[in-house]
Amino acid sequence: MLKIVVCVKAVPDPKEAHKIKIDPATKILTRSDVPFVLNLVDKNAMEAALQLKEQLDAHITILSMGPPPADNIVKECLALGADQGFLLSDRAFGGADAYATAYTLAKGIEKIGPYDVVLCGMASSDGSTEWVGPEMATFLKIPVVTRVNEIVEYDGEWWKVKAGLENGYRLVRVKLPAVFTVTRDLNTPRSLTFSGIIKARKKEITQWGIDELAVPEESAGQKGSPTIISNLATIDSKRTVEIITGTREEKAEQLVQKLADTGLI
Amino acid sequence: MIDFTFTEEQEMFRKAAREFAETKVADKVPEMEETEKASDEVVKALGEAEMMALTIPEEYGGLGLGYTARLIALEEISKVSVATGMMLQIFALGIEPIIQFGSEEQKKKYLPALAKGELLASVAVTEATGGSDPTGIRTSYRKEGNDYILNGRKCFITNSHIADTITVLAKDEENPKAFNAFIVEKGMEGFKPTREEHKLGMRGCNTGELAFENCRIPSENLLGVEGKGMRVALAAIGDVGRGGMVGCALGLHAACLEASVKFANERILYGKPISNLQTIQNKLADMKIDLEAGRLLGYRATSMQDKGMRSSNEFAVAKYFTTEAAQKAAKMAVDIHGGYGCMEEYAVSRYLRDSFVLGPSAGTSDIMKVIIARWVLS
Ligand SMILES: Cc1cc2nc3c(=O)[nH]c(=O)nc-3n(C[C@H](O)[C@H](O)[C@H](O)COP(=O)(O)OP(=O)(O)OC[C@H]3O[C@@H](n4cnc5c(N)ncnc54)[C@H](O)[C@@H]3O)c2cc1C
Repeated sequence: MLKIVVCVKAVPDPKEAHKIKIDPATKILTRSDVPFVLNLVDKNAMEAALQLKEQLDAHITILSMGPPPADNIVKECLALGADQGFLLSDRAFGGADAYATAYTLAKGIEKIGPYDVVLCGMASSDGSTEWVGPEMATFLKIPVVTRVNEIVEYDGEWWKVKAGLENGYRLVRVKLPAVFTVTRDLNTPRSLTFSGIIKARKKEITQWGIDELAVPEESAGQKGSPTIISNLATIDSKRTVEIITGTREEKAEQLVQKLADTGLI
Repeated sequence: MIDFTFTEEQEMFRKAAREFAETKVADKVPEMEETEKASDEVVKALGEAEMMALTIPEEYGGLGLGYTARLIALEEISKVSVATGMMLQIFALGIEPIIQFGSEEQKKKYLPALAKGELLASVAVTEATGGSDPTGIRTSYRKEGNDYILNGRKCFITNSHIADTITVLAKDEENPKAFNAFIVEKGMEGFKPTREEHKLGMRGCNTGELAFENCRIPSENLLGVEGKGMRVALAAIGDVGRGGMVGCALGLHAACLEASVKFANERILYGKPISNLQTIQNKLADMKIDLEAGRLLGYRATSMQDKGMRSSNEFAVAKYFTTEAAQKAAKMAVDIHGGYGCMEEYAVSRYLRDSFVLGPSAGTSDIMKVIIARWVLS
């Protein structure tokens, strides 16, 4: 049986992004009343797992690190068709950067048991580092392919995947177990169904804290995070309006000139 | 202690319904408005998304989720398209008599296919001579051997031309006090849908007339006890019918508020968004107050219904309040939009038209007051 672990993250709902403020002193995002949702591209990782399960004998485990309310998104993945869920939640995990997150997730994966494939989204909509996948693979000492947009061959120990590059793509043959970070081009995620939600009633979510994972305190959360954010600011995008006058030809000429001056054309 | 919060699971139902409405219904709305027809694709998608299975018991292939889950789904779908909400609401109303009064054979024969969305349902009570007063109907039946012969016409029937099974109320030819409810199937000899209506609003749902001319109905298709059909029809209309209209109204109301907030934040006058004007804020607050109150009334009624309690009076209050409130909200939404609100490019113009169609179905506001007054005086 193919054992798949899908790593998912609860992120502030991008639709309510305007409510997220940056604390000027601590440089920490205040997201108090913004609801958590499943990170968008993680849905593609989830969909890939579900499609694999439809074609192979597979078992899907969901793994997430986050505060207790993040169990919502784990439940959502169970309702979409995953088999079991784990939430790594502890005050000590708070404030983790990509490195500490990857370390904690890797510990979680090791504790869950044998696995063949680890799928995760390419990046999270709030952090957007693209580091967690590769760093996790490093901690697990297994290969990683980032930005996968097609799983070409998946029957056996060696998989072939197509992965994005700036000006083209790579075709990568990789031996399992491996980590794959996926893009939104990989597939079209399915929607929740009422019957899936009912089936999820019987599926369990296990919560593990720092003690269960046996992660040393200095490696978890903010303490285990080498990243220092030197600055974080909101971009001010003010619009200005300028009325161009003259005859139609003059107006057109001025417009073209102005666009050329800004470098837009 | 009263719990006014939705469960995590109910929140997920809402999310599923919202995703469905936004991805499968929203982009079909312009076409439905233009053609004034229900969209086959939307009907098919409703079936695939298990929306027809919500209230059908599990042993007959449904999800058995009850009426709070149904209200959640209707609210979210109606927020995107009230016409689609209406189609689904009348579907559930049409099958409720089978769920409540159907024989084991009838349930086994119809419910699994209805749950899968392979069959579409409706209910036909109203006639030219009887809407608010259903005893005034003239469609009649007489027994002939093992069959019933049905004659008459129905009007204002939702899903008239697209339904596969219709629960039809008729009167005994000889005894004006006796009524029967029958399951009529599409294609039965002597039955045909006739005129299709052009409505002020809810254009994307099909409404029309049905004609029965010596339509022969086998006695297996009689619902409930011979002669007691009025009870069959009214029981379903009392809670499932009114509850469904509450869902349509709440969804429309929420859509009006959302569109108004968006417009008020975007429209700049005197150098600032009009949401800074106190008059506009007042309107938004009024809309919000009614929406919150309507939700409490609606979900209180469905939670009673789910517990198996009598809830038709509570539904009468909720139906009156939410449909009237949705109309007011639609007017305020159009007002907030100024001239733009009168243009078809802005959804609020459709909301206003749709809001006026919420009233009559499952009983007018006057009739709700009659019921509520009877409740108070009893
Ligand atoms: C979009 C739409 C879909 C519909 N779908 C269906 C359907 O699927 N199946 C179906 O059977 N019917 C359906 N109907 C019909 C609906 O149930 C009737 O329109 C409704 O019951 C009112 O009946 P009526 O139109 O005959 O109005 P009438 O009963 O003629 O009412 C006329 C006026 O008199 C008032 N009135 C009547 N009685 C009283 C009273 N006792 N006290 C005070 N005022 C009173 C009414 O409130 C109204 O203002 C639908 C209607 C619409 C608009």
